[in-house]
Amino acid sequence: MENTPEKFAHIKGWGIDADPKNDPTYPMKNRLNLEQTGYSWDRPTLQAETVEVLHSNERPNLTAVFGTALPPSGLSGMIRRWAFNYSENEYRHWLPLIIADRVNVVEGVLDDFMHGKIPNIFSEKGYPAEWKHSRGTLIAKMAGVAIVSTAAILLLSGKGKKKKRKTWLKPIE
Amino acid sequence: MLAMNYRGPKRVRIDEKPMPEIRHPEDAIVRVTRSCICGSDLHLYNGNVPDTRVGTTFGHEFIGEIVEVGSEVTKVKIGDMVLVPFNISCGKCHFCRQGLFGNCHESNPEATAVGAIYGYSHTAGGYNGGQAEYVRVPYANVGPTVIPEGMDPDDAVLLTDVVPTGYQAAEMGGIQKGDTVVVFGAGPIGIMAAKCSWLFGAGRVIIIDQYDYRLEFAKNYSQCEAYNFKTDMDDPVLFIKKITDWMGADVVIDAVGAEAAGDAMQTITGRKLLLQAGSATALHWAINSVKKGGIVSIVGVYGPTDNLVPIGNVLNKGLTIRANQASVKRLLPRLIEHVLNGVIEPKKLITHRIPLEEIADGYRIFSAKLDNCIKPVLIPPSAR
Repeated sequence: MENTPEKFAHIKGWGIDADPKNDPTYPMKNRLNLEQTGYSWDRPTLQAETVEVLHSNERPNLTAVFGTALPPSGLSGMIRRWAFNYSENEYRHWLPLIIADRVNVVEGVLDDFMHGKIPNIFSEKGYPAEWKHSRGTLIAKMAGVAIVSTAAILLLSGKGKKKKRKTWLKPIE
Repeated sequence: MLAMNYRGPKRVRIDEKPMPEIRHPEDAIVRVTRSCICGSDLHLYNGNVPDTRVGTTFGHEFIGEIVEVGSEVTKVKIGDMVLVPFNISCGKCHFCRQGLFGNCHESNPEATAVGAIYGYSHTAGGYNGGQAEYVRVPYANVGPTVIPEGMDPDDAVLLTDVVPTGYQAAEMGGIQKGDTVVVFGAGPIGIMAAKCSWLFGAGRVIIIDQYDYRLEFAKNYSQCEAYNFKTDMDDPVLFIKKITDWMGADVVIDAVGAEAAGDAMQTITGRKLLLQAGSATALHWAINSVKKGGIVSIVGVYGPTDNLVPIGNVLNKGLTIRANQASVKRLLPRLIEHVLNGVIEPKKLITHRIPLEEIADGYRIFSAKLDNCIKPVLIPPSAR
């Protein structure tokens, strides 16, 4: 039903200062001038749910169409399912999803190995392009990685530990 | 078919993947002839968008040929060359009917705060994208638009996102004749926003970035003033105040989003530690450099959690903030006209044409701003 003066005749002054041009959403939004009727539109044909699709708990159902790429699976899938128990308003929704993404990276590497594929990290990171266009930066980056890695290995292997200070006095035997 | 395959932060490769299938009567399958890497793909590439699953194919800017259609598709047919808006919209829901095609309520079950976007994580619907040889296109009666006769495919592919987003950035600025418009970010969107600001009657357009080659390009292409925030100024906000008679700009456009540089605290908390939904440096500067009562238009993309911005200044300065993903479908008729009439020449933004098979190099070149890259286009083998 349209928002006409007749409809609001019982309210003195209704709409006397209304100015359709005073709308910060114009022209982004085509004002329908209809009552808010919620989920009332003629929904498109519903896509069959052939794989597991998680949906926000801020809506009652799946959308009419949805992506079917990569249903949740493995440990990352378990984390994602847990995250979807919480609304988009909560960190408990988003932070576990980011953690699941990182877990998923490890799962991806393991999956590559299981399929007999050794990921070519150098190529996947596009370093050949960096070698071509910004060799100095790449060398500096690799040197940094080498230094940090070496330091970490030395530290973990115990070689970086301080040697016991020698004492002048011989221990009593 | 060949398709881009995300393996983790800053790791992508090309792989053989199964052909997409019709999943819904309004679906179409498109053979991709051009796709682009977008600045917002870098948020995914860097691992900053929640629910970006390993194995996803990115790509929301693409054109191609319809090769298969579902039983309810009537508006396009097999053999049509189409450009596909980056947002997936049903055309029937409350929001689509209002022209908010970027906010469709019938295409993304996974989040209500964002519409569905091709190849943009499960947070944006879990669809594979167009950085592939073939892609599933839902709601083919609504989104795909037949490329007009005579339009260059390089122009067409930039009408799927870059041109509408840049145009809407200016439109949301509510630019009045003579207004001073500042655009943060001289990437493709920022350059286009600066260009389109003139169409709304801006009196002065200023673009700010940290890369000289992009600023030089913007200066020529968008015919605007261009300044480097690293070398031309100490404090961008103070600089803008000084060059606007100490008033601030009438309109400021944030065309950067979550990957912004320029503030160590924002970079560390937003990009490195992910304690915020990206670095909000550009938005922070926008709020502080717009004049009192001014308008801040946001098209830079941020994540779904929180950002540190001076919201108190928004109140005290009486600002209007306008933001949205571009409603491509709504804007296309006007923008196609502009392109055909030569008012906007999108293809000039394209600096790199990269074979799809070399996608990892493409991402590195674009993300590290190598080889003076502005906009890379990926060409699948069948389109070469």
